Amino acid sequence: MLTTDSKHFISSSIRRLISGIKGQELIIKVITTFLLAAGSIFIITPFLYMVSTSLKDVNQLRSNPLAIIPTESKMANVAGKDEPLYSVTLDGEKKEMALVKNLPEGKGIFVDPTNPAEQLTLPIKDQKELRVIEIHWENYPKALTSVPFDRYILNTLLITFVTMVGMLFSCSLVAYGFSRFRAPGLNVLFLVLLSTMMLPGQVRLIPMYVFFQKIGWVDTFLPLMVPAFFANAYDVFLLRQFIMTIPLEMDEAARIDGANPFQILMYIILPQARPAIIAVAIFHFLWAWNDFYEPLIYLHSRSNWTMAIGLQTFDALYTVNTHLIMAASLVMIIPPIVLFFLAQKVFTQGVVFTGIKG
Amino acid sequence: MSSKKPGMSLARKEAVYAYLFIGPWLIGFIIFTIGPMLASLYYSFTDYNLAYPPKWVGIDNYVHLLTQDPLFWKSLQVTLYYAILSLPLGLVLSYTIAILLNQKIPFVNVWRTIYFLPSVIAGVGVTLLWVRIFNPRVGLLTPILASVGIQAPNFLQDSNWVVPALVMMGLWGIGGGMIIYLAGLQGVPTDLYDSAKVDGANIFQRFRNVTLPMTTPVIFYNIVMDLIFTFQYFTTVYVATGGTGGPNRASLFYNLYLYQNAFKYNEMGYASTMAWVLFVIVVSLTLLVFRSSSAWVYYEGQLRGRA
Repeated sequence: MLTTDSKHFISSSIRRLISGIKGQELIIKVITTFLLAAGSIFIITPFLYMVSTSLKDVNQLRSNPLAIIPTESKMANVAGKDEPLYSVTLDGEKKEMALVKNLPEGKGIFVDPTNPAEQLTLPIKDQKELRVIEIHWENYPKALTSVPFDRYILNTLLITFVTMVGMLFSCSLVAYGFSRFRAPGLNVLFLVLLSTMMLPGQVRLIPMYVFFQKIGWVDTFLPLMVPAFFANAYDVFLLRQFIMTIPLEMDEAARIDGANPFQILMYIILPQARPAIIAVAIFHFLWAWNDFYEPLIYLHSRSNWTMAIGLQTFDALYTVNTHLIMAASLVMIIPPIVLFFLAQKVFTQGVVFTGIKG
Repeated sequence: MSSKKPGMSLARKEAVYAYLFIGPWLIGFIIFTIGPMLASLYYSFTDYNLAYPPKWVGIDNYVHLLTQDPLFWKSLQVTLYYAILSLPLGLVLSYTIAILLNQKIPFVNVWRTIYFLPSVIAGVGVTLLWVRIFNPRVGLLTPILASVGIQAPNFLQDSNWVVPALVMMGLWGIGGGMIIYLAGLQGVPTDLYDSAKVDGANIFQRFRNVTLPMTTPVIFYNIVMDLIFTFQYFTTVYVATGGTGGPNRASLFYNLYLYQNAFKYNEMGYASTMAWVLFVIVVSLTLLVFRSSSAWVYYEGQLRGRA
């Protein structure tokens, strides 16, 4: 029992807590955490559905798409036939019995599998069906071998890797050029570069296709790979913003020691720009891995397809096999997820976004 | 540094290096941007189908597009409908989540990871996932809605619901915009909050008078980028509808219709016309947002100028 005094003490300290700055901050923290937790349900549920669906078979999926853990009816052998087992309540006692025959009015004949002579007629809905966990790991090999996903993954990795090398090489040079030199027209060109970020890709799409078609590059990886070696506005911008924050003193010292600009880039700038380089490399991987539009337009033969195209076509062919589609989709999203967790800091602490504001 | 080549001043040498370094971009810009842009402008006045050389038709393509092609207007309408639903919703949601993620709470990095994750994996796999979630037979949404007494529509097969369903898919992946807002929020100087607190401003006043004005540049950036992105919207609707823009063309986005003209009907000239009309629309909308920005975007320089 609380005395009036201690009641008063508690209520006044709560009141003080609520009105004080400390208390306000605590309440904000509690509400924030609660809202974030509630919202995260919407983020996580689709992932759970994907994983669980990829481990079910068609019947499990049809009977209960909401079940997170794939289960199946527990079966028992009665007179040479598999029959579903139920937990039957008899005189307050629970007993496992198999349902061998459905009768009208929702009733059924139940049999004790250990003693088939014992038969009971009971309403089915009052008995509890027994279920066992039944996980279909075989969906993964089945999904991945039904179309040549190994080939698609190799193609995707090859394109991603080559374009990443090209992008890092060209964008480092260009970002260095825009951040460390003065020349007539350079500022204007930088603005032009920035404005290409807003340029809808469609205005150059068709002539590029026509051009690649004429030189026989359509249905090869070249239209996807070669442009990467000519830099792009996003990555140049991010790298340039980062290089601008590197102090000039070391450049100067190296120049006095006789280093030329290429050596300064190689030995001074690039080592210091590592965080930004890692960041643009990761963003590039995610972009190239998920890219759909360009492979769709340029890669026609099946043997040249990337994972994105292969997966879309797989869906068109096997559309009723939701479990297999989910297994293959999961395989496609696993590399980005792994990369994301390995490089979390780059994303969550916004290493490369500092240049955007203002 | 001594100039080895006679007649080459230090400034000129620096300029040569500058152009040498930006060379890859400059060459690429001419080959892959300026050249193709001019060529597509030319194609837009021609009848061209790859098999025969382009045939000059003057402004016929433009006239046909604007006056005799109901699908052009349909695709414009679909795209704008998507933009009107998704831009404000996405902005409010991602900004709100960014504010929550900017609080000093336990495990804040875990929360940031969860909310950012969907945007990392955006692509065919995620679209196929959502196609299944919306599926009335095997999906999640129909039984969940049924359990609270709502008869769910067949989202992707219902011409009234397909665009809202696509908006919902898009909202799942708003982490990209959110992380930029978060960076913007982290850039607000803490002394502004401190002095607001000293002045007795409560949490809502601090938001209204400090946080919001200080982050308008980031909001502006995101609006412009989202607007441009919406007109390029393609992969999700292509995968979700098998490239048809169905049902009954209710999800025929502008970029999808352009793709169909170019690569399904082989109308390269007409598709180029669509590309240039798109270009004009995007530039006008962007300029409109830029124009309006002086009324609501707050730059730190102005603050200093007034003080």
